[in-house]
Amino acid sequence: MHPIVTKELTKKFGAFIATNAITFEVKEGEIFGFLGANGAGKTTAMRMLCGLLKPSSGEAKVAGFDVYTQADKVKQNIGYMSQRFSLYEDLKVKENIRFYGGIYGLSNNTIKEKTKQLLQKLQMEAEADQLVSALPLGWKQKLAFSVAILHDPSIVFLDEPTGGVDPVTRRQFWDLIYEAAGRGVTVFVTTHYMDEAEYCDRISIMVDGRIQALDTPRQLKAQFQADSMDDVFLKLARGK
Amino acid sequence: MRTIFFILQKEFLQIFRNRGMMAIIFLIPIVQLLVLANAANYEVRNLAIDVVDQDHSSWSQRLVNKLTASGYFKLHRQTFNEKAAFEDLQLDKADIVLMIPRHFERDLVREDKASLQLLVNAINGSKAGLANGYANNIIRSFNQNIRTEWLALDGRNGPAIIEVTYSNWFNTRLDYKVFMVPGIIVVLVTMIGAFLSGMNIVKEKEIGTIEQLNVTPIRKHHFILGKLIPFWIVALFELALGLLVGKLVFHLPMVGSLWLVFLFAAVYLWVMLGMGLLISTFTETQQQAMFIAWFFVIVFILMSGLFTPVENMPHWAQVLTWFNPIAYFVKVIRMVLLKGSGWANIQIYLLIMLAYAVVMNGIAIWNYRKTT
Repeated sequence: MHPIVTKELTKKFGAFIATNAITFEVKEGEIFGFLGANGAGKTTAMRMLCGLLKPSSGEAKVAGFDVYTQADKVKQNIGYMSQRFSLYEDLKVKENIRFYGGIYGLSNNTIKEKTKQLLQKLQMEAEADQLVSALPLGWKQKLAFSVAILHDPSIVFLDEPTGGVDPVTRRQFWDLIYEAAGRGVTVFVTTHYMDEAEYCDRISIMVDGRIQALDTPRQLKAQFQADSMDDVFLKLARGK
Repeated sequence: MRTIFFILQKEFLQIFRNRGMMAIIFLIPIVQLLVLANAANYEVRNLAIDVVDQDHSSWSQRLVNKLTASGYFKLHRQTFNEKAAFEDLQLDKADIVLMIPRHFERDLVREDKASLQLLVNAINGSKAGLANGYANNIIRSFNQNIRTEWLALDGRNGPAIIEVTYSNWFNTRLDYKVFMVPGIIVVLVTMIGAFLSGMNIVKEKEIGTIEQLNVTPIRKHHFILGKLIPFWIVALFELALGLLVGKLVFHLPMVGSLWLVFLFAAVYLWVMLGMGLLISTFTETQQQAMFIAWFFVIVFILMSGLFTPVENMPHWAQVLTWFNPIAYFVKVIRMVLLKGSGWANIQIYLLIMLAYAVVMNGIAIWNYRKTT
């Protein structure tokens, strides 16, 4: 069973069709790149898959749960990290981890254990008692990602997770993503960085609410006779 | 339940870590209570009086002495020239002018009657009313003195006089602070309930964390309770703090049961918290939330009977106070603390508050569902 399956998924805001009958599936443990220009409908699609927005029509199942009727089950089984920083700046690193662990229903012991592992992995043991506001942006993003998968979700949604982050930290961030994918976590990621698109197993490109292309980076480049993902993207996004 | 516990823990960590918030909770209310209770005082003393004494008789002098000895009036100028006195009125140097006409004493003696004129600076209406009242009282008692001592009249002669004796119940010394402090405590508690709760929810929108919370399995009622309960607790603490300061500093009487005050406050606060929640559902920034809360709270306070008696308001305004939660709390806290009113007297108000709280939170939650 695929972790994400959609069929003719549509969202209309009045007369405007933000997401127009998109159909795709994401395989287990896959890093799925969800590309598109600003306003192409990516965020709307993502919000529907996360149970934040009710679709107008069509079907979608995430982690085996229906987004219409089982939004709560969907939420319990996904992780989410948005482009807007989502940890509390006025809480310590440890306190943030505890809070998010707690609201996902982890036991106190599990939270303790996970906190230790997480800090070790990020090499942030020394910063455990620092306020998040004191951390550099790159560290914050890595921490936010680790917190988003703290409750071992089967799928994690990343909405432009590396916006504004330096190249070195971006590289480290992708190491974390690969590591999570290696453990079987399905990664659904939007980005505007085409080099990051190359890291994905498969990519979909949205134009004006529709998915115009969906394949591996290599296949897409072949299909559009382009040297890089950048070219593929420009050909598609301009070609309207 | 466990989810709410984690939210509460987070909220209290954030409240106690925020210096501004700590000042708002611990320092500012005490300062406000001390300052406002002393400043919001309707007792008028030391009114500046100008006496235009064109008689210069021993009786006119006795009248002036009697006025100034009362403590309500301070002689600002004694003159023969009425123009100087009018000028003082104009320049706000005098609050009241007493005109003693020529032949005041002679008329008293010969014709058994004399007239005086009082000119009152009525820019401040309540002050003018009080000045007028005080002066009239003193002059009437002066008149009594004349009758008994000089004209040798007593109760059996001359026109009958109805003497009114006063006995002030529940606030025997007519101490204004005793009257004001409970009301000011209500205002402080209200601020915490209505302002901080709404602003706190909107803050999550402002910094974007609400989006993250929305994708977690947190239920809406968990979130709302987790957000409102901290301020409910803080506001009840504020009430205890205010009552303690009132007791220690102002010797606030506590005739009735404090439990009743807290019970009423506990219900009342849900009205204010619900209002904060409602405001947070249609505002995007803390500034908007604060301005809207401010607008309502200021109207509620001014029309609550805290500063001006509800009975003095026009009828339509009195009708509006039926919908004013602050008016109920001001009334009840004064009733219980000063008069010792019990359960039987306040239960109707408690029921009204309960209904209000249910309606307010109902609308807020309905609106909250709709928007997010």
